[in-house]
Amino acid sequence: MAELTYRDAVARGIAQEMARDSDVVFLGEDIAKAGGVFKATVGLLEQFGPMRVRDTPISEQAILGAAMGAAMTGLKPIAEIMFSDFIAVCFDYIANEFPKSRYMTNGQAKCPLVVRTANGGSVRFGAQHSQSVENWCMMIPGLKVVAPSNPRDVVGLMAAAVRDPDPVIFFEHKGLYAAKGEVEDGEIVDTLGSAKIVRPGKDATILALALMVPRALAAAEKLQAEHGINCEVIDVRSLVPIDTQTILASVARTSRLFTVEENPRLCGWGAELVSIVVDEAFYSLDGPPVRITTPHIPLPAAERLEDLAIPSVERIAETVRRSLAG
Amino acid sequence: MANTITQTSAPALVVADEQIDEALRLRLYRLQVEIREAEQRAYDLFLQSLVKGTSHLSLGQEAVAAGCAAAMQKGDLSFCTYRGHAHTIARGVPIEKVLGELMGRDNGLLRGKGGSMHLTSVEHGVMGSYAIIGAHLPIACGAAWRAQYKGDKDVSVCFFGDGTTNIGAFHEALNFAAIWKLPVVFVCENNLYMEYTPISEVTAVADPAAGRASAYGLESIIADGQDADVVYRTAKVAIDKARAGGGPSLLEFRTYRYSGHSRADPAKYRPAGELEYWKQNRDAIKIYRQRLVDTGVSQDKITAIETEVKAIVDQATETCKAAPPSSLDILYTDVYADGGWAWRN
Repeated sequence: MAELTYRDAVARGIAQEMARDSDVVFLGEDIAKAGGVFKATVGLLEQFGPMRVRDTPISEQAILGAAMGAAMTGLKPIAEIMFSDFIAVCFDYIANEFPKSRYMTNGQAKCPLVVRTANGGSVRFGAQHSQSVENWCMMIPGLKVVAPSNPRDVVGLMAAAVRDPDPVIFFEHKGLYAAKGEVEDGEIVDTLGSAKIVRPGKDATILALALMVPRALAAAEKLQAEHGINCEVIDVRSLVPIDTQTILASVARTSRLFTVEENPRLCGWGAELVSIVVDEAFYSLDGPPVRITTPHIPLPAAERLEDLAIPSVERIAETVRRSLAG
Repeated sequence: MANTITQTSAPALVVADEQIDEALRLRLYRLQVEIREAEQRAYDLFLQSLVKGTSHLSLGQEAVAAGCAAAMQKGDLSFCTYRGHAHTIARGVPIEKVLGELMGRDNGLLRGKGGSMHLTSVEHGVMGSYAIIGAHLPIACGAAWRAQYKGDKDVSVCFFGDGTTNIGAFHEALNFAAIWKLPVVFVCENNLYMEYTPISEVTAVADPAAGRASAYGLESIIADGQDADVVYRTAKVAIDKARAGGGPSLLEFRTYRYSGHSRADPAKYRPAGELEYWKQNRDAIKIYRQRLVDTGVSQDKITAIETEVKAIVDQATETCKAAPPSSLDILYTDVYADGGWAWRN
């Protein structure tokens, strides 16, 4: 057991898979010699050499296209898109190419690859380097989408993503890179499509993802300490496939549902989950499901403004308290 | 200015001593006739409403597909555009499978799930037909990267039109292939029109592909796309070079499409007489038929090919007409690698 940062867990997860399988290769901007702009890939070049860990030009379409061509013909590439906002530059591959090739070719084409990318805000980078865009990918049939909230899940879900035969978009949260957590020694392989109850409770279910998980947990502790409200917090972890069974079972126990989403309001992942719960567990609910989201605005850069926009521990706790007081 | 353009657009002649024997000539002719007959049949089936949706034909451009395919080895990979029927047939995919796909039949190459713009046959090395302009150039780079990394000897050949040279992915891919010295050959079929607009009106240089080659440290190569021998020799040089570790090439073939951009396009933007000029003087099949005669191939052999191909296309048409439409049970298959479409538990 060792304490690792989230950024070190990225390198460990990739290294675990590259050491296991020589078909796993890694490409992206500044990922090799520089060790990544977030220092999340330090040491991989030295360990695996320049043929497997390759710096690319600033060419996001070439990066994702090359990953796809390599994947179609036998490799298992991991491609980095430095900031998830840049997915917009190469969205053709994410929206049109990776997820449709198998279907369109009646199962002939395969596309086993991972796109890892730094997602989310709280780091004062402004509107084009801070977005939470996991919902852009969630809406596309054929993709899988994961977003770990802690170092242990980074390692285990990275392994699961690399070993998965489908294209997986792996959202790392840049506000979590410095976060620390215990990670056991040895090989860790997790499962895509499994949510995790990170705090059991009986009064309400709170669904959260990535940076919103520690905030939801802190809000739950605050609600317990100050108001005696006992919330269950679920780390959704994987948007596609989505573990609806864990979520529906939790709502059946607590009778209330809250989502904590960093994405802007419209078409956030919570909307889909609320829709599923209302469709399938309506009579379990004692009150309306509540979505706690970033408002439908571009993200501002200044500390004070960004903090007001992204759901905070206080906003989560206050929203839950008021809603339960009903 | 005009002089400058003329000078920069002077074709770099590719002279290869590649011997073309009678067997290869007959194969090149047969491939071209197959493409011509199949594409003409696809057009006719549209007029009969037996093919729905859209279609982008290669009538007039047969020599590029035939010459390149003949220069490729088994195991080499083709990456095509939505104008991909010709390249698919040229790699040996049965015409019946292609027509079946266009007609939305269960016997189609993709059982109707892809359609005209996405013809793919991995077993023939046809790694896909891509309908987003430029998308497949980086993908071809990735396949070539795999070959380089694994020490495989196959070459990826990527076909696209002149219009592709103005999209970002073209430039990203060329730079990428050049810096990594990848075994990939980029083949631009310059048919003079991007879609409805002449390529010259929307491109900063006279030769849309060759004029950009020097920006990526590549040789500027333009060749006659109506002469299958020229195409074959030009492609052979580039493919051999890539296979030997010499890195990528960018080839520009001058050609002409007889039909509009797609089914919806009557091609009224062409100057009067242009189509007739190409059909009369620059038709790939006519040129090659004469080549066979001039090199002493007997009339019987030529006629036998034409008769056989027509019979194959007729038979394929009847088989497809009789085939059932796409089976409904495939609607939900192969979204994910487990064969299904489940996104939740």
